[in-house]
Amino acid sequence: MKAAPFDYKRADSLSEALDALAEHGGEAKLIAGGQSLVPMMAMRLARPAVLVDINRLTSLKTVTTESGHVHMGACVRQRDVEHSAALCASLPLVQQALHWVGHQQTRNRGTVGGSLAYADPSAELPLACLVLGGTLHLESQANGARTVAAQDFFLGPMFTAIGEDECLVAIDWPIWQGGRVASVFEETAIRHGDFAMASAACQLQLDGQGVVSAISFGLGGVGGTPLTFPALAAQLIGQTLTPALAKDVAQAAAAQSEPGNDMHASAPYRRHLSAVLLERVLRQSATQAAA
Amino acid sequence: MAESPVKFRFIGKHRRAVEHKRFVVGQGHYAADIHLQGMLHVALVASPYASARIVSIDASAALAMPGVHAVLSGEELRLATDPMLPGVDAPQVTRLPLAVDVASYAGEWVVAVVAESRALAEDAAELVMVDYETLPHIVDPEAAMAEGAPLVHPAHGSNVIFKRKFVWGPVDEDFAKCAHQLSYRVRWARNSTVPIETFAVACDWNDSTGVLDVWASIQMPKFPDQVAKALRLPGNAVRVHFDVDVGGSYGLKRGLKHSVLVGYLARKLGRPVRLVEDRLENMRGGDMQGPDRQFDVTLGFQKDGTVRSMRMRAVDDIGAYSGRSPLQLGKPVGAIVGPYRIQSVEYEAIAVMTNKTPQEAVRGFGQAPTNYALETGIDKVARFLDMDRIELRRRNMIGKDEFPYLIPSGTHYDSGDYATVLGKALDAAPFAGIVAERDRLRAQGLLAGIGISTCLEPSGGNSSFEPLFNPKNETTTWMDSCLVRVDLSGSITALMGTSTSGQAHETMVSTVVAEILHREPDSIRVLHADSLNALPSNRPVGSRMAIMLGGAAAGAAKKIRDKLLRIAAHNLSVAFDDLVYEGGHVAVKQDSARSMSWDALIEIAHRKFHKLPEGMEPGLQEKFVWEVPTGGQLPTEDGRVQMYPCHSFESHVVLTSIDPGTCKVTLRRYVCGHDCGVMISPDVVHGMTYGGIAHGIGASLMEKFAFSDEGQLLSGTFMDYLLPTSSEVPAITIVDHCTPSPLTEFGQKGSGEAGYLGSPAAIASAVNDALAPLGAVIDYLPMTPQAIWLALGDAKERAANATAT
Amino acid sequence: MNPNVKATMSTKHSLQIRVNGVNYQREVEPRTTLVDFLRDEIALTGTHVGCEHGVCGACSVMLNGEPVRSCCMFAVQADGMQVTTVEGLAPERGSMSKIQDAFCEKHALQCGYCTPGMLIACHALVAETPHPSAAQVREAISGNLCRCTGYQQIVDAVMHATAAEGANHG
Repeated sequence: MKAAPFDYKRADSLSEALDALAEHGGEAKLIAGGQSLVPMMAMRLARPAVLVDINRLTSLKTVTTESGHVHMGACVRQRDVEHSAALCASLPLVQQALHWVGHQQTRNRGTVGGSLAYADPSAELPLACLVLGGTLHLESQANGARTVAAQDFFLGPMFTAIGEDECLVAIDWPIWQGGRVASVFEETAIRHGDFAMASAACQLQLDGQGVVSAISFGLGGVGGTPLTFPALAAQLIGQTLTPALAKDVAQAAAAQSEPGNDMHASAPYRRHLSAVLLERVLRQSATQAAA
Repeated sequence: MAESPVKFRFIGKHRRAVEHKRFVVGQGHYAADIHLQGMLHVALVASPYASARIVSIDASAALAMPGVHAVLSGEELRLATDPMLPGVDAPQVTRLPLAVDVASYAGEWVVAVVAESRALAEDAAELVMVDYETLPHIVDPEAAMAEGAPLVHPAHGSNVIFKRKFVWGPVDEDFAKCAHQLSYRVRWARNSTVPIETFAVACDWNDSTGVLDVWASIQMPKFPDQVAKALRLPGNAVRVHFDVDVGGSYGLKRGLKHSVLVGYLARKLGRPVRLVEDRLENMRGGDMQGPDRQFDVTLGFQKDGTVRSMRMRAVDDIGAYSGRSPLQLGKPVGAIVGPYRIQSVEYEAIAVMTNKTPQEAVRGFGQAPTNYALETGIDKVARFLDMDRIELRRRNMIGKDEFPYLIPSGTHYDSGDYATVLGKALDAAPFAGIVAERDRLRAQGLLAGIGISTCLEPSGGNSSFEPLFNPKNETTTWMDSCLVRVDLSGSITALMGTSTSGQAHETMVSTVVAEILHREPDSIRVLHADSLNALPSNRPVGSRMAIMLGGAAAGAAKKIRDKLLRIAAHNLSVAFDDLVYEGGHVAVKQDSARSMSWDALIEIAHRKFHKLPEGMEPGLQEKFVWEVPTGGQLPTEDGRVQMYPCHSFESHVVLTSIDPGTCKVTLRRYVCGHDCGVMISPDVVHGMTYGGIAHGIGASLMEKFAFSDEGQLLSGTFMDYLLPTSSEVPAITIVDHCTPSPLTEFGQKGSGEAGYLGSPAAIASAVNDALAPLGAVIDYLPMTPQAIWLALGDAKERAANATAT
Repeated sequence: MNPNVKATMSTKHSLQIRVNGVNYQREVEPRTTLVDFLRDEIALTGTHVGCEHGVCGACSVMLNGEPVRSCCMFAVQADGMQVTTVEGLAPERGSMSKIQDAFCEKHALQCGYCTPGMLIACHALVAETPHPSAAQVREAISGNLCRCTGYQQIVDAVMHATAAEGANHG
């Protein structure tokens, strides 16, 4: 399984990378960690004529905390986020999600931006990004910089709003201020580290009375993209999230999903699984936030 | 007897493996590590269709690519080589390395491209234009047996390549005398042992010497002979290098088609050629898939749980061609009743062809699926009678004083003490503890259950399933050999005629030779011969090498020892029987001052002809070639035969929990009681048992070669064919027991298939024990979360229907 | 399906890489993976290929001190970096690291094919966690597939190698 031939260019600056994308159009692909792309190229499912390596761009590896969010360069390695005590504190849902992402060896190379741009429907970071309501920063030579909200970014399986000549350069991850915030990320795969058959994520905040003051939750692996349920979530504001309520919400959310079928899991089973997992993350978040 | 009474010097002790030194520093010597000057590389073009006529092949664009040296089609191979034949009597079901006229499974190799690098060969392979005309295909084995089904091999006239019903004993009468009978079906999904190293072979032809050198990742009896035959070369024109390290095989690496292909190319091009399967080629087209079976079983039993008779129908979907696969229905005949006193058996074995990847030999050669089928029934009988599963097994198990025990299909089990092994496993769990743990898990809201299995591990790799399944094949020789020499300096070298794929043969042979000659095991060098200078071997299959190679090494070493004794007797002027051999030195029993040292004896043997007894061959080199014990006979008319000589035994006790929401299985406690007689290398035996259990975990819970209705392999990469990681395999406790074999030098039995033969049965037993309180049952593998969810759903539906009526 | 494959090789790139303490400079095709570079260009065949799609871990090497799958990288991406392969784990020729020695003592291998990658994962673990628990060992090697050992004796070996000072060492 040897990749088809290609030309390689290591970008020394972001503008060099963007120029290369502009010059080659759809024939060029960016590579950062390559943990998804290289196997695809080995199987000749991806065959770019030009590979533009952005993995050394220090400008894409910065992490700064600004008001209300973490501004994270797209080429920040998954392992660096995983091992950062500061980021674990400010972005607990992301840290939890990373626990499920591949294996240590893939996290040593894989980047946060790479996982988001690859947009596998079962992937953990896209789900976390959607649940947290992240903002994606894109840049191209022709059109400069723009931002896209997470809910407008994931368009389908392996398909995002990133234009052919664009590079994902950074992600803003919202930080939830105040106390009584809990986040839980759960998934079920046949083996540890496999693609999830279904996953569920929740971040919520309780007020002094133990009532929900903020909540966001979502499902992965049961649609062409990760799914969030803003309408259902809105109904929970001001409520006590009891086990019975958690169950109802989970069932309602699962009923809205459109999972696919494959040899490991049928659509009905995935839907069932998503309800089970979502109920669990809702209950666990509520319990943890109350503690 | 529970313990071997003999005290050994080296056998049975902890010892580091000789082989491991090179592996841990990265100095292994695998087939893909072989670099030959001017070597060319092969990539394959595979059929995308399950069944299609090959209309035309246009290789012009590929051949025009710089760096491409040849493009080979099946037609050329058909003219220049002899086809590979099945092991059963079906001469029309022939096979060539590349498809000719018709492609019979998706992934079948149609064209081979040879280029200066593997990457270039793949580039060129994409340019080969093959025009196909799709044909009707068949993927369901039951449908394949029906009238009017598309035929995979029209010339054979049917999709059934083998079918025979054996009746051993008065089955009908026995059933009539039974108080109860129950019938059930189990399915063993297609899986195999999938080594991490794919198959690789390099060949180099020399015009002047007329020898084809072959380096392959191989584990196959009669490989050099079959390669030579297919290439129409005399047997002494093929030199297979058995010193190539093999990265795991567990039965699979037959690689005959790969080697014929590459051997042909090497001769044609006059340059060394190498094929290293990539994982895609390996999974789909390497023909290394395994048994794919449906068992329909009926057990006849009494009120007290005595199981008297069994009817078993086993249908195996072998795929589009037949290598060893139908014979994998035959080997289990040698342990068809497991450890039980079942008195009569009707066994119908049917091998069916479909348009799928063919099977190869998988660890156990069909015993693991058969054990799963039988053990499932034992559990069902227990449930039916509301009897404890352990008690039921104890009631039916052959007792330790009943050996050698003759089973209805003609095999004598040599020795065993099944109740004790089961007892040891239960004690090690400890059983009361895991029962309490199970109850605690259930109280927490999980499903939880305990599984038990008690299974035979036949060992000694006889070939008697060959004439059993093909009366035209009268092969009864299944020999093995060893050459031991002591050189002028007194160093010992042993030569074996087989490759090794992790079984530590060098370590085993040096331990055995050391045991006999009383010399330090690490001072004994063990080499892999090549096929031109090797003594005959039938290679490691059927857990045979401890018995056969160990026995041969012992035999040769004993000849050396006896020769040294005779030299001493002659030089000390005493009778042979008046001498004692100790530590390599020989002394007179009654007068230990009169002795001769190892060095002195060696010197006489090699240099002092005038001191040798009359007629004695100079030097110190002895070979030992022998037939498998109890072998050498053809089956009877009604298909009874002594299958393997020695019978190891394993009993698994497993505690499992199942998350009732996700339906995912967790293995909480795993104990394996194991008896393989005397263990020559206990560390090696234990290691292989742990590995066998891991194979069994994969087969039970997650591994499946799944095919679409169009015959497309859905699990052709490691993303979908799921091998257990260290997170899925729990800590395992092995407890040993020893019932020595009366048939072998040290009492050793074989153990290469340990763990795998009993673990799927035990895990299925545990899962079903967990599901039983909800009235759910699962009788097929793998027991994935979805499969368990479906079983729970079925149970709910049945319960709902029951209340509704 | 007949994609437009280039008839000529793409431009080679100059690669500078330090492997097991030795500097190498080679011209490589961009599509050459790091594992193929190690095995074919500089004859370090200790690192093995098992799947070429990032699952089995047989190809694991240390890249700048961290374990990575060398089949999931093109060699050119490792320009200027340091690689340690299994051949570089022993302190000196003819000796073995504590973990390599423990692998032998505890029979943490059989066919040896996954072993190089397994050793890399274990060395990386122990470098970061000198006295791991059995559970941590299992987690650290969960990205390395083995079909021979069932993992038990591998875990035993690492526990043996990292047992507290004064305990039995191989």
